[in-house]
Amino acid sequence: MGKLPLEGIKVADFTWVWTGPTTTKVLADFGATVVKIESDKRLDVWRIQPPFKDDVPGPDRGAIFNSINTGKLSVTIDLSQPKGKELAKKFVAWADIVTDNYAGGAMERMGLGYEALKEIKPDIIMMSSALMGQTGPWHDSPGYGDQLSAISGLHEISGWPDRIPGEIGFYTDFIAPRFNALTILAALDYRRRTGKGQYLDIAQHQGSVHFIAPILLDYAVNKRVATRQGNLDDYAAPHGCYRCQGEDRWCAIVVRTDEEWQSFCDVLRNPAWTKDPKFATLKSRKENEDELNKMVDEWTSNQSDEDVMVTLQSAGVPAGRVGNTEDQMENDPHLKFRNFYQEREHPEIGKYRPPRQPCVLSKTPCEIKRAPLIGEHNEYVFKELLCLTDEEIEELIIDGIIQ
Amino acid sequence: MTENEDGMLSPYRVLDLTDEKGLFCGKLLGDMGADVIKIEKPGGDSARNIGPYYHDEVDPEKSLYWFALNTSKRGITLDIEKPEGLEIFKKLVKTADFVLESFPPGYMDKLGLGYSDLEKLNPGVIMVSITPFGQTGPRKDFKGPDLVMWALGAGPFMRSFDSPDRPPFRISHHPQTYMHGGAEAVVGAMVALYHRGTTGEGQHVDVSIQECVNWHPTGDWDLNKRVQKRGATLIPVRVTHIWPCKDGYVMWRYTGGPMAKRHSIPLVNWMVEEGMADDWLKNFDWEKFSHYKTTQEIIDRMEEQTVNFFMTHTKAELMAGAIKYRIMLYPISSTVDLFESPQLAARGFWTDVEHPELGTTIRYPGSWGKNSETPAVISRRAPLIGEHNQEIYEKELGISGESLQKLTQDGII
Repeated sequence: MGKLPLEGIKVADFTWVWTGPTTTKVLADFGATVVKIESDKRLDVWRIQPPFKDDVPGPDRGAIFNSINTGKLSVTIDLSQPKGKELAKKFVAWADIVTDNYAGGAMERMGLGYEALKEIKPDIIMMSSALMGQTGPWHDSPGYGDQLSAISGLHEISGWPDRIPGEIGFYTDFIAPRFNALTILAALDYRRRTGKGQYLDIAQHQGSVHFIAPILLDYAVNKRVATRQGNLDDYAAPHGCYRCQGEDRWCAIVVRTDEEWQSFCDVLRNPAWTKDPKFATLKSRKENEDELNKMVDEWTSNQSDEDVMVTLQSAGVPAGRVGNTEDQMENDPHLKFRNFYQEREHPEIGKYRPPRQPCVLSKTPCEIKRAPLIGEHNEYVFKELLCLTDEEIEELIIDGIIQ
Repeated sequence: MTENEDGMLSPYRVLDLTDEKGLFCGKLLGDMGADVIKIEKPGGDSARNIGPYYHDEVDPEKSLYWFALNTSKRGITLDIEKPEGLEIFKKLVKTADFVLESFPPGYMDKLGLGYSDLEKLNPGVIMVSITPFGQTGPRKDFKGPDLVMWALGAGPFMRSFDSPDRPPFRISHHPQTYMHGGAEAVVGAMVALYHRGTTGEGQHVDVSIQECVNWHPTGDWDLNKRVQKRGATLIPVRVTHIWPCKDGYVMWRYTGGPMAKRHSIPLVNWMVEEGMADDWLKNFDWEKFSHYKTTQEIIDRMEEQTVNFFMTHTKAELMAGAIKYRIMLYPISSTVDLFESPQLAARGFWTDVEHPELGTTIRYPGSWGKNSETPAVISRRAPLIGEHNQEIYEKELGISGESLQKLTQDGII
């Protein structure tokens, strides 16, 4: 393996739960030295939450923790004590980048705000990814991805028009890390060119709201308030997930153009109903969509989702089966070919397959290493990276700072 | 509107050939200060035919979808399939740092514009390809509209949504999966940029939207060979998570144990203050309460009072109360609520962008954060079709006015 693109970049990572660790996973997978600063007293949520390997709880056995913390080093220190804070500052002196995802103001209260960090290291890049950012009346309001998806306008447009807003899980947790990572990386290039570090006060809320920008403009201009549409789309019919053979199996089908409609009808061998003028154009299909969907369902329901997908795609009609986790990991020849999940050996849970980064760089691809055990790298980090003496380390252990 | 000279990426030039699958990538680079040139085919990109439209007037110059995803870009028209167009494009590549494209895999190679060709013209160039399934693999030529990308990339996530009695659904309106592809492409582009900064060499970044939206953790299958069924819940009782209120819905739930001090306790205190909780609820032992050990009867008794309370308040009032009483409660915002949000206003989130040809100013979502040195800002509205042809072809490439006219007549520009 050649040199990784971010080799030599040092990250003091105070993040936890999902968005922060997913952000710093990008840096670690591309070669940065990311030290995850943990505490035995306040374990990362995903070291405590199931699922665990064999359902046996343990801080090193969590499926999600091990998947989103690949390639990082773990140290355990007690940040609540003054000496712990002093130690944290040593990390700052060592680091190029400091990251956190606490509610706004938390790092400041711990004496680790940007101004303090800048004193220690003038060109430090600090990235705080709070739900609401570091300023404003709601800045210190904590929360999770489902709540952020709600307030960011995403629930309102999810689900069925005849029902209450749909549950879409922790959706914004998948948005925020992208903004975090791309901003850190751009700031890193800026520092390379100018020598200047900076503070990146990112609001997960603001990035998330960007994902509905077109309907925001629709309100700004046309005063139209967007709401949920199930699976309907203005530019396609059929457009939906259709029932297939087996329990809870579905295939998405999307027909946008006349050409795709003709190919779709050909695949069905042009049954009489497809010739009905009420299905002749996109406009008429939209007008008769309920009936259309019933006919499509009838066709799909006695075939497997895989067959529906492959037959339609081979004829140039967009289709995709709605996979579950097993389908994703075992039955997707494409993801397999592209080596998306990569098997690694882990001392506690044995073989497991975390995903690689979704961008494949032709000359400097990412490299996936297993996630760290809790406190696994205390000795290495304090000795080799922070260059503390054996005596200093011993004292910190006795004082309960290094756990 | 001013050039964003203070942007993080202000020295860099981007050629943006993408359609709706990749437009967001160039927009983000542009907002961060890069000089992004959107290259459209003569007559304009197909994404201009996606609504909603300004005053609902269906017109390629009035697509709000286009507006939203093309801020901070200049725009030229060019037919890269024609030899003269190809030559002009190659000239542009020589001064470019990034080339963004979202054509079907192989298309750029066929034109002689694959990465191996671009690299010869400019060894530092970073080519970013954003496609549904990436550049390689048995399904690289599958078609990938949004719903199909949801199914094949985010299928397990869709299966975690509600309404198991109906088909899995996506988030409505414009393609979310393309937003993810575009944003993730910036991540890849920035890693490649850092590598170029230290070595001078460019490279090809292959972005597969399927992989970008492969969010749902697969660990339970991986470690325990267990697949979660749609609609399956771990707790034995029905608890409300999304509640109706006076003018919409809010998200909140009753929680016991240590989390009760962020959920149950402060809300019940507020209800008590307004005389809307009975003594039973007022004196409830939240420390002991657990969804696993309670009964539906207890849940129903709590929830009945709570609905009544919520129904007397608006979303805005409940959010203000959530801040005041430190309750983890959030409204289900609509687009109107976002425009009225005191937080977004205080953060200076909204940006008014002039559209002189429409005689108006439109309010846009601004930056995703505050960078102390290098703010990300909208430096200009989305380009009109061929708006910067003269500026770029004549002034920057030195093509004479006459040749430009000829190129226009020949349908190259």
